[in-house]
Amino acid sequence: MTDSKYFTTTKKGEIFELKAELNSDKKEKKKEAVKKVIASMTVGKDVSALFPDVVNCMQTDNLELKKLVYLYLMNYAKSQPDMAIMAVNTFVKDCEDPNPLIRALAVRTMGCIRVDKITEYLCEPLRKCLKDEDPYVRKTAAVCVAKLHDINAQLVEDQGFLDTLKDLISDSNPMVVANAVAALSEIAESHPSSNLLDLNPQSINKLLTALNECTEWGQIFILDCLANYTPKDDREAQSICERVTPRLSHANSAVVLSAVKVLMKFMEMLSKDLDYYGTLLKKLAPPLVTLLSAEPELQYVALRNINLIVQKRPEVLKHEMKVFFVKYNDPIYVKLEKLDIMIRLASQANIAQVLAELKEYATEVDVDFVRKAVRAIGRCAIKVEQSAERCVSTLLDLIQTKVNYVVQEAIVVIKDIFRKYPNKYESVIATLCENLDSLDEPEARAAMIWIVGEYAERIDNADELLESFLEGFHDESAQVQLQLLTAIVKLFLKKPTETQELVQQVLSLATQDSDNPDLRDRGYIYWRLLSTDPVAAKEVVLAEKPLISEETDLIEPTLLDELICCIGTLASVYHKPPSAFVEGGRGVVHKSLPPRTASSESTESPETAPAGAPPGEQLDTVPTQGDLLGDLLNLDLGPPVSGPPLATSAVQMGAVDLLGGGLDSLMGDEPEGIGAPSFVAPPAAAVPANLGAPMGSGLSDLFDLTSGVGTLSGSYVAPKAVWLPAMKAKGLEISGTFTRQAGSISMDLQLTNKALQVMTDFAIQFNRNSFGLAPAAPLQVHAPLSPTQTVEISLPLSTAGSVMKTEPLNSLQVAVKNNIDVFYFSTLYPLHILFVEDGKMDRQMFLATWKDIPNENEAQFQIRDCPLNAEAVSSRLQSSSIFTVARRNVEGQDMLYQSLKLTNGIWVLAELRIQPGNPSFTLSLKCRAPEVSQHVYQAYETILKN
Amino acid sequence: MIGGLFIYNHKGEVLISRVYRDDIGRNAVDAFRVNVIHARQQVRSPVTNIARTSFFHVKRSNIWLAAVTKQNVNAAMVFEFLYKMCDVMAAYFGKISEENIKNNFVLIYELLDEILDFGYPQNSETGALKTFITQQGIKSQHQTKEEQSQITSQVTGQIGWRREGIKYRRNELFLDVLESVNLLMSPQGQVLSAHVSGRVVMKSYLSGMPECKFGMNDKIVIEKQGKGTADETSKSGKQSIAIDDCTFHQCVRLSKFDSERSISFIPPDGEFELMRYRTTKDIILPFRVIPLVREVGRTKLEVKVVIKSNFKPSLLAQKIEVRIPTPLNTSGVQVICMKGKAKYKASENAIVWKIKRMAGMKESQISAEIELLPTNDKKKWARPPISMNFEVRQRRGLEQCVLGKTLEILPVNLCTYHLADDETETPERSDFNSQTHFFPCRLPPRN
Repeated sequence: MTDSKYFTTTKKGEIFELKAELNSDKKEKKKEAVKKVIASMTVGKDVSALFPDVVNCMQTDNLELKKLVYLYLMNYAKSQPDMAIMAVNTFVKDCEDPNPLIRALAVRTMGCIRVDKITEYLCEPLRKCLKDEDPYVRKTAAVCVAKLHDINAQLVEDQGFLDTLKDLISDSNPMVVANAVAALSEIAESHPSSNLLDLNPQSINKLLTALNECTEWGQIFILDCLANYTPKDDREAQSICERVTPRLSHANSAVVLSAVKVLMKFMEMLSKDLDYYGTLLKKLAPPLVTLLSAEPELQYVALRNINLIVQKRPEVLKHEMKVFFVKYNDPIYVKLEKLDIMIRLASQANIAQVLAELKEYATEVDVDFVRKAVRAIGRCAIKVEQSAERCVSTLLDLIQTKVNYVVQEAIVVIKDIFRKYPNKYESVIATLCENLDSLDEPEARAAMIWIVGEYAERIDNADELLESFLEGFHDESAQVQLQLLTAIVKLFLKKPTETQELVQQVLSLATQDSDNPDLRDRGYIYWRLLSTDPVAAKEVVLAEKPLISEETDLIEPTLLDELICCIGTLASVYHKPPSAFVEGGRGVVHKSLPPRTASSESTESPETAPAGAPPGEQLDTVPTQGDLLGDLLNLDLGPPVSGPPLATSAVQMGAVDLLGGGLDSLMGDEPEGIGAPSFVAPPAAAVPANLGAPMGSGLSDLFDLTSGVGTLSGSYVAPKAVWLPAMKAKGLEISGTFTRQAGSISMDLQLTNKALQVMTDFAIQFNRNSFGLAPAAPLQVHAPLSPTQTVEISLPLSTAGSVMKTEPLNSLQVAVKNNIDVFYFSTLYPLHILFVEDGKMDRQMFLATWKDIPNENEAQFQIRDCPLNAEAVSSRLQSSSIFTVARRNVEGQDMLYQSLKLTNGIWVLAELRIQPGNPSFTLSLKCRAPEVSQHVYQAYETILKN
Repeated sequence: MIGGLFIYNHKGEVLISRVYRDDIGRNAVDAFRVNVIHARQQVRSPVTNIARTSFFHVKRSNIWLAAVTKQNVNAAMVFEFLYKMCDVMAAYFGKISEENIKNNFVLIYELLDEILDFGYPQNSETGALKTFITQQGIKSQHQTKEEQSQITSQVTGQIGWRREGIKYRRNELFLDVLESVNLLMSPQGQVLSAHVSGRVVMKSYLSGMPECKFGMNDKIVIEKQGKGTADETSKSGKQSIAIDDCTFHQCVRLSKFDSERSISFIPPDGEFELMRYRTTKDIILPFRVIPLVREVGRTKLEVKVVIKSNFKPSLLAQKIEVRIPTPLNTSGVQVICMKGKAKYKASENAIVWKIKRMAGMKESQISAEIELLPTNDKKKWARPPISMNFEVRQRRGLEQCVLGKTLEILPVNLCTYHLADDETETPERSDFNSQTHFFPCRLPPRN
């Protein structure tokens, strides 16, 4: 039996020959020919020309041949839909075959043929097969419903297959149950609102029974489905947990991880005082550790998941540090993940062992691994104070090895250690300085410069050292340039007498010769500070720095909760929510832990420090985008950033952000826009223009918009208001409004040229704002705008921009550029443009969430003079994505319970009380982020009154 | 769910390509080849995301198996499935090689059609599959109706891993315990971490649907039973072991284990892995390995390794193999050993020292002089640890096991295997074998 010969025929005229063979009378020859066709298909040759000939071979008693023909059909039917019809008869006939294997084969294959005409014929046989006496046929038919749904969802609903599928959950055969669950779960994903799976205590009980009996794969389907269920109370949660825990001993790691997912999720509902809670916690650790003896690929999946579990419940594995020690023969991806978890588990109790290990790893071969190990030593020092001294001496030992990348990595982490423990380890500076010449990576150079600047008063030749960097100033990366600028200013403030020349030099390099707006702006600010008020400069530049946080790379809490619900899946491997890598609507349903409802839409958390602020002062304290979001959602969840608030604000100066953070590229386009600086002091005109404009117009617009709210038209789109009057913008007048249609937000702008010259080269940019609004496309003004001309533009917006909480929450600072100048204005956006379309919460979730949100987060408002009745209110709100979850009539009053979700995943729950005949409504809002309530109330007002 | 499954040879040529979902196109085949198989860098992750498509891969010798998806699939399941796929293929045609895959491509397609439907794994137990996927398609035509329904009920039933009506003239049962002691020892000889991971592999050739029970001297069980008979247990010298965790083949009734801690099952026919266990407590190291490395100049290394057996003198370790890694620039090695044979294997960069058998409480040593080529190669030597393998083979009649006589197994005392067979015939013989793989220590760092 050597089928490999089929792979070798590559001569010309092959198709022709095959055609002849396929039509041969001899059965054997036919079969040979079909095998050749399949072999060609496999290697990617196009053999679709043989379609009719292959289909002719379909009607055969030979099962092997039949399967081959079916395989061919699945591949090519779509390209030859008309001819595929020829196969229908055979399929229908096979579905009636006495042999269950053939019936199943036919229905399985038919479901894979995505040709409309064939699907029509599929319905009847499928209906029969779903009720077939043989379980093998039923389990195949169950999956086939999912296939059909993928091709034509409407058809599946019309034909009532969903109900039949639901019935199969009660089937006597465990495998049929498992496949039905899998199919239903998949279909339910594309209908997030429908209650397709209809999980209730009875059906859960059936699933738990089937769990004991079905195949390993079936157990995974069932467990994954169970994880989507929310038990009604802690007792039900506990009883499910009890029946799921035996799965932790399954040989199949996927079964184990899915069981862990169910347990981790339901544990959320159990009280921590419960004995059972403790028992469960103890039961979780051993199976997780056992996963580390699996094959390396599975170990990798397990480690990525353990990384999440350790962040969510550090107590589970706190005693298991040793199992994460790296083995010599671990693949690199396993080593790196283990290292990550080791740092998370490091504590005072085990730090000695961890350090010894890390030191060992720092002498390994793989460069990435070594770097990470060195960095880990630094993180240990910051995390466990008692170990700091040992960590520092270990790092010094490593620096002595003179291995270039080890030295550089060590210097980067030592800088963080200095930040954490000021005035403690400065004795090592001399050793660090010896290695100055070997540093060639920007991060290490920047770190070293920071150290020199920070401790300038103790380093005798600090000025020489910094001067040596200055020679190649323009060849340095931006990071190093910024750091050098700050360091020299610090040096000047500490030793003003000797270093005046140096500081002049760096300021002029930064402001005059640089194309980098960040650098220029920081240069100007220092310059002005130094020239106007050196004492203030000292206070700002040498301000006490906020502490750096102990943990780094923590996953933002709402995302973490969502990922915990995705244990075992790709999302947990990528550490990204499914929406970040799955296309379309499928599987993008946000999952959240039972009592919590917050989930996050943040895609990634790029660790970009705001470009305008000195990285030296900010390193590690700058909350990542995710952290900010976390703060916004739930103020007590974010990592503590302690430190004198005054100093923080001084360093992070909003103005710096406004100038540099959001608008750098705009400014970069137009270096002359700022005007040539004079040597002694930076130009006065440039700064006030930039600083003053947004403040003034922001305030006036604030009033503009709020007064405009009352007179909106019925479409919930506010009429355009003037955002930027012509007199403030050299003749450019901008008015606009915000709209949301079909899930996409846009900013409708009207630009009017009231100047006497033609305007061209428009561009727009937003400052960072509370909800990450950012232009999704560049501002497209196609033709030049001639005087008195007006142009209407709709600018699509996304919510993927960087996030910074603004005051008020819904204010947006915008910069518009044209050939004349850059203009700034600020405006307020109505919050309802951020209400997402899938903001309907199911009842139980609503109840649980309502209870779970503390009462102090509740806010009450009156909506006056609204003559609508409850139905009208409900439907009007619904069209703006405020969904009525439930409605109740209490003593003649209508109570509407409503939910809505913001683009960043914040849920807002509302109770609206309407008394017939009384035009005043009472609105109670509950939200984990109470600061949004006020704005939600305004949105209600706006929607209801227009 | 899994959208497609591809098998490639080492050059990246496609051997098998089966697409299950419409969202996976033919270009996915090429994307994986270009970005992973032909990538210059070493593989940094077994999961790769290319253009919003996720690829899971495993490698068997030089064959790549890749599962592709665009959805948020259960990643652990995908890997488990790929391993299972390898097992199934191996059970049908032996080693997974390009040759074998090409020779059996029709069979593989047939299997893929059966064990994966719309990307959902179905029954993948070879025992069941072999009843109806035989590569002799004609055979299934002549099955009687009963036979057919027997097949389908088995494939979908609760005991999907075993077919009915198996008959053996001699009922036999073999048990192998394969243990690996994972030990991390600092160059100074300090034990950093140690755990034993064991596998119990069973070969069952039993008739009918035998109900089996498997017991071991699990501390929890012994303590439970031992309440009344504490004296007895201490007299018989039975030692119990504390098992940290164990996992079982899907034939074992997990809920029963969870509640009663008894291991009961109907075994598949032939060889299978019944359980895995892991223990970290009271590990008595069976051997001590003491390495001494001395650098003599830049081109010479002197290595001396002493092994000491650390168990009862009456026991015998067999087929001992010690592997001492050598630097990559080794040009020649001279070895002297007191016992056994030692050889330098250049292709494996190691000195392999084999000893046929060694009793307890003995000592043996090897010394080697390693000549090094002067090299300015920057590439560092990864200094792999010394590793060691040995077996303890014991043959006992089953009666003895049932009577509860203690079997000493090294290095942990995982004893009293008893197999009760209530309903069907008693197996005539069982064979017992323990193998241990041992990573004793890291080499001292070179300065």
